[in-house]
Amino acid sequence: MVKTESRRPGRSSSAGAVAGRLGTRRLLKSRPRPTGLTRRQRAAIWIRRHGIAPYLLLIPATAVIGGLILWPTVQIGLFSFQNYGLMQVIGVQPAQWVGFGNYSQILADPEFWLSLRISLLFAGVVVPLTMVFGTLVGLLLSRLGKKMAAFVSLSALLAWATPAVSASVIFAWLVDPDGGVVDWTLSKVPSWLGGGPQWAQFSWTNAALPAYTVLTVMLVWTGFPFIAVTVLAGLRTIPAELHEAARVDGAGPWRSFWRITYPLLKPVFLVLLLLSIIWDFGVFTQAYIITGSLGNRDEYNLGLYEYSRAFTQPPAYGTASAIALILTLILLVITVGYVRASVKQGAIR
Amino acid sequence: MTTARLTRRVARKGLLNLAGLVVALVTLFPVLWMISTAFKPPAEILNLTPHPVPLHPTLANFRDVINGSVIGMPYWNFLKNSLFITISAVAISSLIALLAAVALARFRFRFRTTYAVMLLIVQMLPQQALVIALFIDFRSLKLLDSLAGLIAIYTAFALPVTIWMLRNFAAAVPRDLEEAAAIDGAGAWTVFWRILFPLVTPGLVATSVFAFIFAYNEFVFALTFISPSDTAKFTLPLYVQYFYGRNGANWGAIMAASTLFTVPVLAFFVLIQRRLASGLVAGAVKG
Repeated sequence: MVKTESRRPGRSSSAGAVAGRLGTRRLLKSRPRPTGLTRRQRAAIWIRRHGIAPYLLLIPATAVIGGLILWPTVQIGLFSFQNYGLMQVIGVQPAQWVGFGNYSQILADPEFWLSLRISLLFAGVVVPLTMVFGTLVGLLLSRLGKKMAAFVSLSALLAWATPAVSASVIFAWLVDPDGGVVDWTLSKVPSWLGGGPQWAQFSWTNAALPAYTVLTVMLVWTGFPFIAVTVLAGLRTIPAELHEAARVDGAGPWRSFWRITYPLLKPVFLVLLLLSIIWDFGVFTQAYIITGSLGNRDEYNLGLYEYSRAFTQPPAYGTASAIALILTLILLVITVGYVRASVKQGAIR
Repeated sequence: MTTARLTRRVARKGLLNLAGLVVALVTLFPVLWMISTAFKPPAEILNLTPHPVPLHPTLANFRDVINGSVIGMPYWNFLKNSLFITISAVAISSLIALLAAVALARFRFRFRTTYAVMLLIVQMLPQQALVIALFIDFRSLKLLDSLAGLIAIYTAFALPVTIWMLRNFAAAVPRDLEEAAAIDGAGAWTVFWRILFPLVTPGLVATSVFAFIFAYNEFVFALTFISPSDTAKFTLPLYVQYFYGRNGANWGAIMAASTLFTVPVLAFFVLIQRRLASGLVAGAVKG
């Protein structure tokens, strides 16, 4: 191997230096086989010479990501143009190309538009709520004393770290009609505040609006800590003099936030906004559990609608793939924005 | 300082602390309620007036969950599955990610930036979309209802974030150290093991935490790949969800199961929280 490569001498200086360090430069340049080297050393020299070390190091990662993430993404695209169902998965019938058949079928399905509307509305409500609440808590944390700040961030950490399945089961219990603490509290609240006995045994999961109200509270609860901690970290990078100067000049907290904090942290807010959209638009686990494990068709969001097409009988993998591709493309558009914002922030060097 | 200004200052401080207290208590409430319910006897759970603290605390719920009298299989079985899958996936993905991170942080080559951008995009792909294709592929590979199948999936989906974070850690190691070692005659392999690896270890710990939490909590793939009849192969999240679906009103036992699943994670996070804060902000982490 070394012999053939030595016909193209001095391709990179670093390779030469290595060879020199190992005392093999002369051996490499002369035609005779470098006898003093083990097979491993010769391989090392060859790798250095061609600068392929990084590619070798990336082989395992590329193979795993390519095989288990990228290729399935391509497959989703392929299936979405085929009539891929139970017969095809068993192998009884070959899959047939159906062109845009799956897509036109979906676009004509009112359930698709309902689920898309639920996903859009949900993200439209949860994202601003999470951003505002998270930012407020971040600002609060920056003003609190050491002990209180530690207590608040600890509680936020616990909310953030609670697994999605646990959070869903806990909230299902909180809003349970029989013995749930939420209905009990609401039934005790005076009627002029919107409470009253009609809340006793109110079912939160039987209709889309109450179910997604519960999901909204749950996702704000899960999502605000990340925003608060990130905003807090951002606030620490702003020199204190700026806010002091503003205060001396008579600016209130509102003005000082919009004139100093917000413009300086704009890139951070942008990244947080895009991440929140991606997470909340694509919410699955919590929605799956709270809306009753695919039991209520009128409570599907886009993810549940797609999943139900593939994994309830009879499976329609082709149609489901088409929905999955639409979902992926929507998220991809937001992701491109996220990547661009990250590049601007200097995350990619 | 005048008294009026002083009072205003004290009042402001008090108000801020009150706000902090309210936020903290509201945030803690769901988790505390779960733990409290887990210790309640059935009579107190069905009581029309809920109490924040169990009046007659009992361990019966935990006993039922651990000896498996409610679902027919002890809790340890699911813990064992979850730990086996999670630890395997973390170990494999850490090793693969370390190699890739070194390539991205230490070498200049074509497609380097492209690769990094690819990682960012890949980690955002929705799992509920990919699960369709992976289900079909794994079905033909006979990897459904198998813990090995889940290990492969979790390894793959932990990789992008792990590589991304590790790359930042590896890039932070000063190059001079490696150059000095190379001048002293150390080969590439020695430089890696003796210099880079020990210095990247803290980063490896941080990324392992994220990979661990991802794999330990993952639901969509476990739900799809492990059939409901194959209870023995359930992971913890699948078990908690299944348990909830089957025992609708047995909230004491459901909360006990959920507590046993959740509290170790929370305790772990509290222990490592300082190291976490930097990693949290540094990398875009999928939630």
